[in-house]
Amino acid sequence: MTDTQSDLFVVIAGIGGVLVIASLVGLVLKRRLSPDGRNEAIENLNARIRAWWVMAIAISIAFLGDRTGVIILFALCSFAALREFMTLTNATRADHRSLAAVFFIVLPVQYYLVWVQWYGMFSIFIPIWVFLFLPIVSALSGNTRNFLIRVAEMQWALMICVFCVSHVPALLNLTIPGYEGRGVLLIAFLVIVVQLSDVLQYVWGKMVGRRKIAPLLSPSKTVEGFIGGSLSATLIGAGLWWMTPFSPVQAGLMSFAITLMGFLGGLVMSAIKRDRGVKDWGHSIAGHGGFIDRLDSVIFAAPVFFHLNRYFWSVT
Amino acid sequence: MHICIWVARGAGGAIVFFARAVTAVQAVWTGTDPTLDRQRVYFANHASHGDFILIWSALPPRLRKKVRPVAGADYWGRDRLRRFVGLDVFNAILIARNGDERTVDPVAQMAGALDQGASLIVFPEGTRNLTDELLLPLKSGLYHLARSRPDIDLVPVWIENLNRVLPKGAIIPVPLMCRVIFGAALRLPPEDTRDEFLARVRDALLALSPKAEAGR
Repeated sequence: MTDTQSDLFVVIAGIGGVLVIASLVGLVLKRRLSPDGRNEAIENLNARIRAWWVMAIAISIAFLGDRTGVIILFALCSFAALREFMTLTNATRADHRSLAAVFFIVLPVQYYLVWVQWYGMFSIFIPIWVFLFLPIVSALSGNTRNFLIRVAEMQWALMICVFCVSHVPALLNLTIPGYEGRGVLLIAFLVIVVQLSDVLQYVWGKMVGRRKIAPLLSPSKTVEGFIGGSLSATLIGAGLWWMTPFSPVQAGLMSFAITLMGFLGGLVMSAIKRDRGVKDWGHSIAGHGGFIDRLDSVIFAAPVFFHLNRYFWSVT
Repeated sequence: MHICIWVARGAGGAIVFFARAVTAVQAVWTGTDPTLDRQRVYFANHASHGDFILIWSALPPRLRKKVRPVAGADYWGRDRLRRFVGLDVFNAILIARNGDERTVDPVAQMAGALDQGASLIVFPEGTRNLTDELLLPLKSGLYHLARSRPDIDLVPVWIENLNRVLPKGAIIPVPLMCRVIFGAALRLPPEDTRDEFLARVRDALLALSPKAEAGR
Protein backbone atom coordinates (compact mmCIF):
# COMPACT_ATOMS: atom_id res chain seq x y z
CA MET A 1 0.00 0.00 0.00
CA THR A 2 1.33 3.41 -0.93
CA ASP A 3 1.56 6.40 1.42
CA THR A 4 -1.32 8.07 -0.38
CA GLN A 5 -3.54 5.04 0.03
CA SER A 6 -2.77 4.59 3.70
CA ASP A 7 -3.37 8.30 4.35
CA LEU A 8 -6.63 8.03 2.42
CA PHE A 9 -7.75 5.13 4.61
CA VAL A 10 -6.94 7.19 7.72
CA VAL A 11 -9.07 10.03 6.32
CA ILE A 12 -11.99 7.74 5.42
CA ALA A 13 -11.80 6.02 8.81
CA GLY A 14 -11.74 9.45 10.48
CA ILE A 15 -14.85 10.58 8.59
CA GLY A 16 -16.53 7.28 9.48
CA GLY A 17 -15.63 7.80 13.15
CA VAL A 18 -17.07 11.31 13.19
CA LEU A 19 -20.28 10.03 11.57
CA VAL A 20 -20.60 7.17 14.07
CA ILE A 21 -20.36 9.71 16.91
CA ALA A 22 -22.87 12.01 15.13
CA SER A 23 -25.29 9.10 14.66
CA LEU A 24 -25.00 8.13 18.36
CA VAL A 25 -25.63 11.74 19.44
CA GLY A 26 -28.59 11.86 17.06
CA LEU A 27 -29.96 8.62 18.53
CA VAL A 28 -29.64 9.88 22.12
CA LEU A 29 -31.29 13.21 21.23
CA LYS A 30 -34.12 11.34 19.51
CA ARG A 31 -34.69 9.09 22.56
CA ARG A 32 -34.69 12.08 24.92
CA LEU A 33 -36.43 14.85 22.97
CA SER A 34 -38.35 13.25 20.14
CA PRO A 35 -39.35 9.67 21.02
CA ASP A 36 -42.53 9.92 18.92
CA GLY A 37 -40.78 11.64 16.00
CA ARG A 38 -42.53 14.97 16.56
CA ASN A 39 -39.55 17.27 17.22
CA GLU A 40 -38.80 18.68 13.79
CA ALA A 41 -35.31 19.98 14.59
CA ILE A 42 -34.22 16.53 15.84
CA GLU A 43 -35.85 14.70 12.91
CA ASN A 44 -34.13 17.07 10.49
CA LEU A 45 -30.80 16.58 12.26
CA ASN A 46 -31.12 12.80 11.95
CA ALA A 47 -32.19 13.03 8.31
CA ARG A 48 -29.11 15.16 7.71
CA ILE A 49 -26.82 12.67 9.44
CA ARG A 50 -28.26 9.80 7.39
CA ALA A 51 -27.69 11.80 4.20
CA TRP A 52 -24.13 12.53 5.37
CA TRP A 53 -23.49 8.79 5.52
CA VAL A 54 -24.59 8.41 1.92
CA MET A 55 -22.48 11.39 0.80
CA ALA A 56 -19.41 10.16 2.72
CA ILE A 57 -19.73 6.68 1.24
CA ALA A 58 -20.16 8.09 -2.29
CA ILE A 59 -17.11 10.31 -1.99
CA SER A 60 -15.02 7.53 -0.39
CA ILE A 61 -15.82 5.22 -3.31
CA ALA A 62 -14.86 8.02 -5.70
CA PHE A 63 -11.55 8.57 -3.87
CA LEU A 64 -10.74 4.86 -4.04
CA GLY A 65 -11.53 5.02 -7.78
CA ASP A 66 -8.87 7.72 -8.01
CA ARG A 67 -8.91 10.08 -11.08
CA THR A 68 -11.77 8.36 -12.88
CA GLY A 69 -13.89 8.10 -9.75
CA VAL A 70 -13.39 11.72 -8.73
CA ILE A 71 -14.05 13.13 -12.21
CA ILE A 72 -17.23 11.06 -12.62
CA LEU A 73 -18.47 12.00 -9.14
CA PHE A 74 -18.08 15.75 -9.69
CA ALA A 75 -19.49 15.55 -13.22
CA LEU A 76 -22.60 13.96 -11.70
CA CYS A 77 -22.70 16.69 -9.02
CA SER A 78 -22.49 19.32 -11.78
CA PHE A 79 -25.34 17.60 -13.63
CA ALA A 80 -27.57 17.54 -10.54
CA ALA A 81 -26.71 21.14 -9.65
CA LEU A 82 -27.31 22.39 -13.18
CA ARG A 83 -30.67 20.60 -13.26
CA GLU A 84 -31.70 22.43 -10.08
CA PHE A 85 -30.35 25.80 -11.24
CA MET A 86 -31.94 25.74 -14.71
CA THR A 87 -35.31 24.86 -13.18
CA LEU A 88 -35.40 28.24 -11.45
CA THR A 89 -34.43 30.31 -14.50
CA ASN A 90 -36.55 32.01 -17.17
CA ALA A 91 -35.43 29.59 -19.88
CA THR A 92 -38.32 29.02 -22.30
CA ARG A 93 -39.14 26.64 -25.13
CA ALA A 94 -37.01 28.83 -27.40
CA ASP A 95 -33.95 27.90 -25.33
CA HIS A 96 -34.50 24.16 -25.66
CA ARG A 97 -31.58 23.70 -28.05
CA SER A 98 -29.23 25.81 -25.96
CA LEU A 99 -30.27 23.88 -22.86
CA ALA A 100 -29.72 20.53 -24.53
CA ALA A 101 -26.27 21.75 -25.59
CA VAL A 102 -25.51 22.94 -22.06
CA PHE A 103 -26.34 19.56 -20.50
CA PHE A 104 -25.14 17.16 -23.16
CA ILE A 105 -22.19 18.96 -24.75
CA VAL A 106 -20.78 21.71 -22.52
CA LEU A 107 -20.84 19.71 -19.28
CA PRO A 108 -19.17 16.54 -20.63
CA VAL A 109 -16.60 18.57 -22.59
CA GLN A 110 -15.57 20.55 -19.49
CA TYR A 111 -14.95 17.31 -17.56
CA TYR A 112 -13.23 15.76 -20.57
CA LEU A 113 -10.83 18.73 -20.51
CA VAL A 114 -10.10 17.95 -16.86
CA TRP A 115 -9.54 14.31 -17.83
CA VAL A 116 -7.04 15.11 -20.62
CA GLN A 117 -5.38 17.80 -18.47
CA TRP A 118 -5.69 20.53 -21.10
CA TYR A 119 -5.47 23.45 -18.70
CA GLY A 120 -5.54 26.21 -21.33
CA MET A 121 -8.85 25.08 -22.80
CA PHE A 122 -10.27 24.03 -19.41
CA SER A 123 -9.96 27.59 -18.13
CA ILE A 124 -11.43 29.40 -21.16
CA PHE A 125 -13.94 26.93 -22.59
CA ILE A 126 -16.97 28.15 -20.62
CA PRO A 127 -15.88 31.76 -19.96
CA ILE A 128 -15.10 32.44 -23.64
CA TRP A 129 -16.23 29.81 -26.16
CA VAL A 130 -19.53 28.92 -24.54
CA PHE A 131 -20.10 32.54 -23.48
CA LEU A 132 -20.03 33.58 -27.14
CA PHE A 133 -21.71 30.64 -28.83
CA LEU A 134 -24.61 29.92 -26.48
CA PRO A 135 -26.30 33.31 -27.05
CA ILE A 136 -25.85 32.74 -30.78
CA VAL A 137 -27.84 29.50 -30.55
CA SER A 138 -30.54 31.21 -28.47
CA ALA A 139 -30.68 34.22 -30.81
CA LEU A 140 -31.20 31.97 -33.82
CA SER A 141 -34.40 30.69 -32.22
CA GLY A 142 -35.81 34.15 -32.90
CA ASN A 143 -37.49 34.67 -29.53
CA THR A 144 -36.29 37.99 -28.06
CA ARG A 145 -38.50 38.17 -24.99
CA ASN A 146 -36.30 38.44 -21.85
CA PHE A 147 -33.35 37.61 -24.11
CA LEU A 148 -30.60 39.17 -21.99
CA ILE A 149 -32.03 37.67 -18.81
CA ARG A 150 -32.29 34.20 -20.35
CA VAL A 151 -28.79 34.24 -21.80
CA ALA A 152 -27.21 35.71 -18.68
CA GLU A 153 -28.92 33.16 -16.43
CA MET A 154 -27.72 30.32 -18.56
CA GLN A 155 -24.12 31.56 -18.50
CA TRP A 156 -24.30 32.10 -14.75
CA ALA A 157 -25.68 28.61 -14.22
CA LEU A 158 -22.81 27.16 -16.23
CA MET A 159 -20.15 29.16 -14.42
CA ILE A 160 -21.53 28.15 -11.02
CA CYS A 161 -22.58 24.55 -11.58
CA VAL A 162 -20.02 23.36 -14.13
CA PHE A 163 -17.01 25.69 -14.33
CA CYS A 164 -16.54 26.26 -10.59
CA VAL A 165 -17.37 22.68 -9.59
CA SER A 166 -14.92 21.29 -12.17
CA HIS A 167 -12.09 23.02 -10.29
CA VAL A 168 -12.40 20.35 -7.60
CA PRO A 169 -11.25 17.41 -9.79
CA ALA A 170 -8.87 19.80 -11.60
CA LEU A 171 -6.82 19.85 -8.38
CA LEU A 172 -5.59 16.41 -9.49
CA ASN A 173 -3.85 18.05 -12.46
CA LEU A 174 -1.57 20.29 -10.41
CA THR A 175 2.04 19.21 -10.15
CA ILE A 176 3.31 20.03 -6.68
CA PRO A 177 6.94 18.96 -6.03
CA GLY A 178 7.11 16.34 -3.30
CA TYR A 179 3.31 15.83 -3.50
CA GLU A 180 3.10 13.76 -6.68
CA GLY A 181 0.17 11.36 -6.87
CA ARG A 182 -1.44 12.74 -3.69
CA GLY A 183 -3.94 15.07 -5.39
CA VAL A 184 -6.88 13.05 -4.08
CA LEU A 185 -5.86 14.04 -0.54
CA LEU A 186 -5.88 17.72 -1.54
CA ILE A 187 -9.49 17.29 -2.68
CA ALA A 188 -10.34 15.47 0.54
CA PHE A 189 -8.80 18.38 2.48
CA LEU A 190 -10.91 20.95 0.58
CA VAL A 191 -14.16 19.00 0.95
CA ILE A 192 -13.58 18.19 4.62
CA VAL A 193 -12.75 21.80 5.58
CA VAL A 194 -15.68 23.28 3.63
CA GLN A 195 -18.24 20.81 4.96
CA LEU A 196 -16.90 20.94 8.54
CA SER A 197 -17.07 24.72 8.40
CA ASP A 198 -20.73 24.53 7.30
CA VAL A 199 -21.60 22.04 10.03
CA LEU A 200 -19.66 23.88 12.74
CA GLN A 201 -21.24 27.23 11.81
CA TYR A 202 -24.63 25.54 12.11
CA VAL A 203 -23.73 23.99 15.48
CA TRP A 204 -22.17 27.19 16.92
CA GLY A 205 -25.11 29.21 15.60
CA LYS A 206 -27.64 26.87 17.28
CA MET A 207 -25.73 26.93 20.57
CA VAL A 208 -24.66 30.56 21.07
CA GLY A 209 -25.98 32.41 18.01
CA ARG A 210 -27.59 35.78 18.88
CA ARG A 211 -26.86 38.48 16.30
CA LYS A 212 -27.99 37.78 12.74
CA ILE A 213 -25.26 38.46 10.22
CA ALA A 214 -27.43 38.97 7.13
CA PRO A 215 -31.08 38.77 8.21
CA LEU A 216 -32.38 39.62 4.74
CA LEU A 217 -30.41 36.85 3.04
CA SER A 218 -30.22 34.01 5.48
CA PRO A 219 -32.02 34.23 8.84
CA SER A 220 -30.15 31.23 10.24
CA LYS A 221 -26.62 32.67 9.88
CA THR A 222 -25.31 34.48 12.97
CA VAL A 223 -22.14 36.41 13.81
CA GLU A 224 -21.36 33.95 16.61
CA GLY A 225 -21.95 30.97 14.34
CA PHE A 226 -19.70 32.40 11.64
CA ILE A 227 -16.82 33.29 13.98
CA GLY A 228 -17.02 30.07 16.02
CA GLY A 229 -17.51 27.88 12.96
CA SER A 230 -14.82 29.39 10.76
CA LEU A 231 -12.24 29.55 13.56
CA SER A 232 -12.81 25.95 14.64
CA ALA A 233 -12.78 24.76 11.01
CA THR A 234 -9.54 26.70 10.48
CA LEU A 235 -7.98 25.00 13.52
CA ILE A 236 -9.07 21.54 12.39
CA GLY A 237 -7.77 22.37 8.90
CA ALA A 238 -4.39 23.33 10.38
CA GLY A 239 -4.38 19.98 12.20
CA LEU A 240 -4.89 18.21 8.85
CA TRP A 241 -1.67 19.68 7.38
CA TRP A 242 -0.19 16.19 7.01
CA MET A 243 -2.65 15.49 4.17
CA THR A 244 -1.46 18.54 2.23
CA PRO A 245 1.72 20.02 0.76
CA PHE A 246 1.37 22.87 3.32
CA SER A 247 3.00 23.55 6.69
CA PRO A 248 0.55 23.65 9.66
CA VAL A 249 0.40 27.48 9.52
CA GLN A 250 -0.13 27.47 5.75
CA ALA A 251 -2.82 24.80 6.12
CA GLY A 252 -4.55 27.04 8.66
CA LEU A 253 -4.42 30.06 6.32
CA MET A 254 -5.71 27.96 3.42
CA SER A 255 -8.52 26.65 5.62
CA PHE A 256 -9.43 30.20 6.61
CA ALA A 257 -9.58 31.25 2.95
CA ILE A 258 -11.75 28.19 2.18
CA THR A 259 -14.18 28.81 5.04
CA LEU A 260 -14.46 32.52 4.21
CA MET A 261 -15.20 31.85 0.54
CA GLY A 262 -17.61 29.07 1.52
CA PHE A 263 -19.50 31.38 3.87
CA LEU A 264 -19.73 34.21 1.32
CA GLY A 265 -20.73 31.74 -1.40
CA GLY A 266 -23.54 30.52 0.84
CA LEU A 267 -24.78 34.13 1.13
CA VAL A 268 -24.73 34.66 -2.64
CA MET A 269 -26.63 31.45 -3.28
CA SER A 270 -29.16 32.40 -0.57
CA ALA A 271 -29.71 35.73 -2.32
CA ILE A 272 -30.63 33.84 -5.50
CA LYS A 273 -33.02 31.58 -3.59
CA ARG A 274 -34.69 34.62 -1.97
CA ASP A 275 -35.03 36.28 -5.35
CA ARG A 276 -36.75 33.18 -6.77
CA GLY A 277 -38.88 32.66 -3.67
CA VAL A 278 -37.70 29.17 -2.76
CA LYS A 279 -36.31 27.83 0.50
CA ASP A 280 -34.18 25.05 -0.96
CA TRP A 281 -32.69 24.41 -4.38
CA GLY A 282 -34.26 21.00 -4.65
CA HIS A 283 -35.45 17.98 -2.72
CA SER A 284 -32.98 15.28 -3.67
CA ILE A 285 -31.03 15.06 -0.38
CA ALA A 286 -33.31 14.37 2.59
CA GLY A 287 -32.87 16.99 5.35
CA HIS A 288 -30.48 19.12 3.29
CA GLY A 289 -32.62 20.21 0.33
CA GLY A 290 -30.99 20.02 -3.07
CA PHE A 291 -27.48 19.37 -4.32
CA ILE A 292 -26.68 23.09 -4.56
CA ASP A 293 -27.66 23.54 -0.91
CA ARG A 294 -24.80 21.20 -0.05
CA LEU A 295 -22.41 22.35 -2.81
CA ASP A 296 -22.79 26.13 -2.56
CA SER A 297 -19.77 26.69 -0.32
CA VAL A 298 -17.62 24.22 -2.30
CA ILE A 299 -18.55 26.10 -5.48
CA PHE A 300 -17.11 29.37 -4.23
CA ALA A 301 -14.15 27.90 -2.38
CA ALA A 302 -12.88 25.49 -5.07
CA PRO A 303 -11.62 27.94 -7.74
CA VAL A 304 -9.90 30.13 -5.11
CA PHE A 305 -8.28 27.10 -3.47
CA PHE A 306 -7.24 25.81 -6.91
CA HIS A 307 -5.59 29.08 -7.93
CA LEU A 308 -3.87 29.65 -4.58
CA ASN A 309 -2.32 26.21 -5.02
CA ARG A 310 -1.46 26.93 -8.61
CA TYR A 311 0.26 30.25 -7.88
CA PHE A 312 2.16 29.27 -4.76
CA TRP A 313 2.79 25.51 -4.93
CA SER A 314 2.29 24.06 -8.38
CA VAL A 315 5.01 24.11 -11.02
CA THR A 316 2.60 23.65 -13.97
CA MET B 1 -44.63 -15.49 -22.92
CA HIS B 2 -42.74 -15.31 -19.63
CA ILE B 3 -39.74 -13.71 -21.32
CA CYS B 4 -42.06 -11.08 -22.74
CA ILE B 5 -43.28 -10.17 -19.24
CA TRP B 6 -39.72 -9.88 -17.93
CA VAL B 7 -38.68 -7.72 -20.89
CA ALA B 8 -41.69 -5.48 -20.30
CA ARG B 9 -40.88 -5.22 -16.58
CA GLY B 10 -37.24 -4.44 -17.32
CA ALA B 11 -38.28 -1.80 -19.83
CA GLY B 12 -40.68 -0.32 -17.24
CA GLY B 13 -37.88 -0.13 -14.69
CA ALA B 14 -35.53 1.46 -17.23
CA ILE B 15 -38.14 4.06 -18.19
CA VAL B 16 -38.76 4.94 -14.53
CA PHE B 17 -35.00 5.23 -13.93
CA PHE B 18 -34.62 7.48 -16.98
CA ALA B 19 -37.58 9.65 -15.96
CA ARG B 20 -36.09 10.05 -12.47
CA ALA B 21 -32.62 10.88 -13.84
CA VAL B 22 -34.01 13.60 -16.07
CA THR B 23 -36.62 15.12 -13.78
CA ALA B 24 -35.79 13.99 -10.20
CA VAL B 25 -39.58 13.75 -9.96
CA GLN B 26 -40.98 14.49 -6.52
CA ALA B 27 -44.46 13.35 -5.52
CA VAL B 28 -46.29 15.86 -3.31
CA TRP B 29 -49.40 14.44 -1.63
CA THR B 30 -51.88 17.03 -0.37
CA GLY B 31 -55.18 15.71 0.90
CA THR B 32 -54.87 12.12 -0.39
CA ASP B 33 -53.08 9.42 1.57
CA PRO B 34 -50.65 7.49 -0.68
CA THR B 35 -50.34 4.67 1.86
CA LEU B 36 -54.03 3.79 1.51
CA ASP B 37 -54.41 1.11 -1.13
CA ARG B 38 -57.61 2.48 -2.71
CA GLN B 39 -58.95 2.36 -6.19
CA ARG B 40 -58.77 5.82 -7.74
CA VAL B 41 -59.05 7.74 -10.97
CA TYR B 42 -56.10 10.15 -11.23
CA PHE B 43 -56.90 13.02 -13.60
CA ALA B 44 -54.11 15.35 -14.65
CA ASN B 45 -53.12 18.26 -16.87
CA HIS B 46 -51.60 17.10 -20.15
CA ALA B 47 -48.74 18.90 -21.86
CA SER B 48 -46.33 16.18 -22.91
CA HIS B 49 -46.18 12.57 -24.09
CA GLY B 50 -44.22 11.87 -20.91
CA ASP B 51 -47.08 12.83 -18.59
CA PHE B 52 -48.37 9.40 -17.64
CA ILE B 53 -44.83 8.09 -17.34
CA LEU B 54 -44.11 10.81 -14.78
CA ILE B 55 -47.26 10.04 -12.76
CA TRP B 56 -46.42 6.35 -12.98
CA SER B 57 -42.88 7.04 -11.70
CA ALA B 58 -44.18 9.24 -8.89
CA LEU B 59 -46.65 6.65 -7.56
CA PRO B 60 -45.51 4.27 -4.80
CA PRO B 61 -44.79 0.81 -6.33
CA ARG B 62 -47.83 -0.75 -4.63
CA LEU B 63 -50.22 1.71 -6.29
CA ARG B 64 -48.24 1.60 -9.54
CA LYS B 65 -49.03 -2.10 -9.98
CA LYS B 66 -52.77 -1.46 -10.20
CA VAL B 67 -52.79 1.72 -12.25
CA ARG B 68 -53.63 1.83 -15.98
CA PRO B 69 -53.13 4.96 -18.07
CA VAL B 70 -55.83 5.85 -20.58
CA ALA B 71 -54.20 6.93 -23.84
CA GLY B 72 -55.05 7.76 -27.44
CA ALA B 73 -55.09 4.71 -29.71
CA ASP B 74 -54.11 6.88 -32.68
CA TYR B 75 -50.75 7.70 -31.04
CA TRP B 76 -49.89 4.67 -28.90
CA GLY B 77 -51.13 2.10 -31.39
CA ARG B 78 -49.22 3.52 -34.33
CA ASP B 79 -46.22 1.16 -34.47
CA ARG B 80 -44.80 -1.91 -32.73
CA LEU B 81 -42.51 -0.02 -30.34
CA ARG B 82 -45.28 2.28 -29.14
CA ARG B 83 -47.69 -0.64 -28.79
CA PHE B 84 -45.07 -2.48 -26.73
CA VAL B 85 -44.50 0.52 -24.44
CA GLY B 86 -48.19 1.41 -24.22
CA LEU B 87 -49.74 -2.04 -23.86
CA ASP B 88 -47.03 -4.37 -22.50
CA VAL B 89 -45.08 -2.00 -20.27
CA PHE B 90 -47.76 0.36 -18.99
CA ASN B 91 -50.84 -1.82 -19.55
CA ALA B 92 -52.58 1.20 -21.05
CA ILE B 93 -56.21 1.34 -22.11
CA LEU B 94 -56.15 2.61 -25.67
CA ILE B 95 -59.21 4.60 -26.64
CA ALA B 96 -60.34 6.05 -29.96
CA ARG B 97 -60.34 9.82 -29.56
CA ASN B 98 -62.26 10.72 -32.72
CA GLY B 99 -65.98 9.98 -32.49
CA ASP B 100 -66.33 8.70 -36.05
CA GLU B 101 -63.57 6.07 -35.68
CA ARG B 102 -65.17 4.56 -32.60
CA THR B 103 -66.33 1.00 -32.46
CA VAL B 104 -66.27 0.80 -28.64
CA ASP B 105 -67.36 3.50 -26.21
CA PRO B 106 -64.29 4.83 -24.31
CA VAL B 107 -66.32 5.40 -21.15
CA ALA B 108 -67.43 1.75 -21.23
CA GLN B 109 -63.77 0.67 -21.68
CA MET B 110 -62.70 2.73 -18.64
CA ALA B 111 -65.65 1.58 -16.54
CA GLY B 112 -64.81 -2.02 -17.47
CA ALA B 113 -61.23 -1.58 -16.24
CA LEU B 114 -62.51 -0.04 -12.99
CA ASP B 115 -64.81 -3.03 -12.50
CA GLN B 116 -61.75 -5.29 -12.76
CA GLY B 117 -60.16 -3.38 -9.87
CA ALA B 118 -57.72 -1.16 -11.77
CA SER B 119 -57.01 2.48 -11.00
CA LEU B 120 -56.84 4.86 -13.96
CA ILE B 121 -54.76 7.80 -15.13
CA VAL B 122 -56.81 10.09 -17.39
CA PHE B 123 -56.19 13.44 -19.05
CA PRO B 124 -59.55 15.24 -19.21
CA GLU B 125 -58.23 17.85 -21.65
CA GLY B 126 -58.30 15.04 -24.20
CA THR B 127 -55.16 16.15 -25.99
CA ARG B 128 -51.80 17.73 -25.20
CA ASN B 129 -51.93 21.39 -24.20
CA LEU B 130 -49.44 23.18 -26.42
CA THR B 131 -50.72 26.70 -25.66
CA ASP B 132 -49.59 29.13 -23.00
CA GLU B 133 -52.88 28.63 -21.12
CA LEU B 134 -52.64 26.50 -17.98
CA LEU B 135 -55.48 24.21 -19.10
CA LEU B 136 -57.48 23.59 -22.25
CA PRO B 137 -61.29 23.31 -22.04
CA LEU B 138 -62.11 19.91 -20.53
CA LYS B 139 -63.84 17.10 -22.44
CA SER B 140 -66.89 15.48 -20.96
CA GLY B 141 -65.41 11.96 -20.65
CA LEU B 142 -64.56 12.30 -16.97
CA TYR B 143 -68.14 13.44 -16.24
CA HIS B 144 -69.64 10.42 -17.98
CA LEU B 145 -67.19 8.09 -16.21
CA ALA B 146 -68.08 9.63 -12.84
CA ARG B 147 -71.80 9.26 -13.66
CA SER B 148 -71.42 5.58 -14.48
CA ARG B 149 -69.15 4.75 -11.46
CA PRO B 150 -70.06 7.39 -8.82
CA ASP B 151 -68.37 5.59 -5.87
CA ILE B 152 -64.81 5.98 -7.10
CA ASP B 153 -62.44 8.67 -5.78
CA LEU B 154 -61.33 11.15 -8.41
CA VAL B 155 -57.90 12.54 -7.52
CA PRO B 156 -56.65 15.73 -9.22
CA VAL B 157 -52.97 15.65 -10.21
CA TRP B 158 -50.89 18.61 -11.34
CA ILE B 159 -47.74 17.91 -13.35
CA GLU B 160 -45.31 20.77 -13.01
CA ASN B 161 -42.55 21.64 -15.48
CA LEU B 162 -42.64 18.61 -17.76
CA ASN B 163 -43.67 20.81 -20.70
CA ARG B 164 -40.33 22.60 -20.26
CA VAL B 165 -38.45 19.28 -20.21
CA LEU B 166 -39.97 18.09 -23.47
CA PRO B 167 -41.66 20.94 -25.34
CA LYS B 168 -43.59 20.43 -28.58
CA GLY B 169 -41.48 19.01 -31.37
CA ALA B 170 -38.43 18.36 -29.19
CA ILE B 171 -36.83 14.93 -29.26
CA ILE B 172 -34.13 15.35 -26.60
CA PRO B 173 -35.50 15.94 -23.10
CA VAL B 174 -33.72 18.63 -21.09
CA PRO B 175 -33.09 17.77 -17.44
CA LEU B 176 -35.20 19.99 -15.16
CA MET B 177 -36.78 19.23 -11.78
CA CYS B 178 -40.44 18.19 -11.96
CA ARG B 179 -43.10 17.77 -9.32
CA VAL B 180 -46.28 15.75 -9.42
CA ILE B 181 -48.80 17.23 -6.99
CA PHE B 182 -51.72 15.04 -5.86
CA GLY B 183 -54.76 16.87 -4.44
CA ALA B 184 -57.75 15.85 -2.34
CA ALA B 185 -60.16 13.33 -3.90
CA LEU B 186 -63.52 14.50 -5.18
CA ARG B 187 -66.69 12.71 -6.34
CA LEU B 188 -69.57 13.63 -8.54
CA PRO B 189 -72.31 15.30 -6.49
CA PRO B 190 -75.61 13.75 -7.76
CA GLU B 191 -77.20 17.14 -8.47
CA ASP B 192 -74.29 18.43 -10.62
CA THR B 193 -74.88 19.12 -14.30
CA ARG B 194 -72.12 18.28 -16.74
CA ASP B 195 -70.84 21.86 -16.92
CA GLU B 196 -70.96 22.38 -13.16
CA PHE B 197 -68.97 19.21 -12.61
CA LEU B 198 -66.36 20.03 -15.25
CA ALA B 199 -65.92 23.50 -13.71
CA ARG B 200 -65.38 21.77 -10.37
CA VAL B 201 -62.79 19.46 -11.90
CA ARG B 202 -61.03 22.40 -13.55
CA ASP B 203 -60.87 24.36 -10.28
CA ALA B 204 -59.51 21.31 -8.45
CA LEU B 205 -56.69 21.04 -10.99
CA LEU B 206 -55.85 24.74 -11.08
CA ALA B 207 -55.83 24.91 -7.28
CA LEU B 208 -52.79 22.60 -7.36
CA SER B 209 -50.85 24.66 -9.89
CA PRO B 210 -48.14 26.81 -8.30
CA LYS B 211 -48.34 29.13 -11.31
CA ALA B 212 -52.09 29.76 -10.97
CA GLU B 213 -51.45 30.42 -7.28
CA ALA B 214 -48.74 33.00 -8.06
CA GLY B 215 -50.90 34.71 -10.67
CA ARG B 216 -53.76 35.25 -8.26
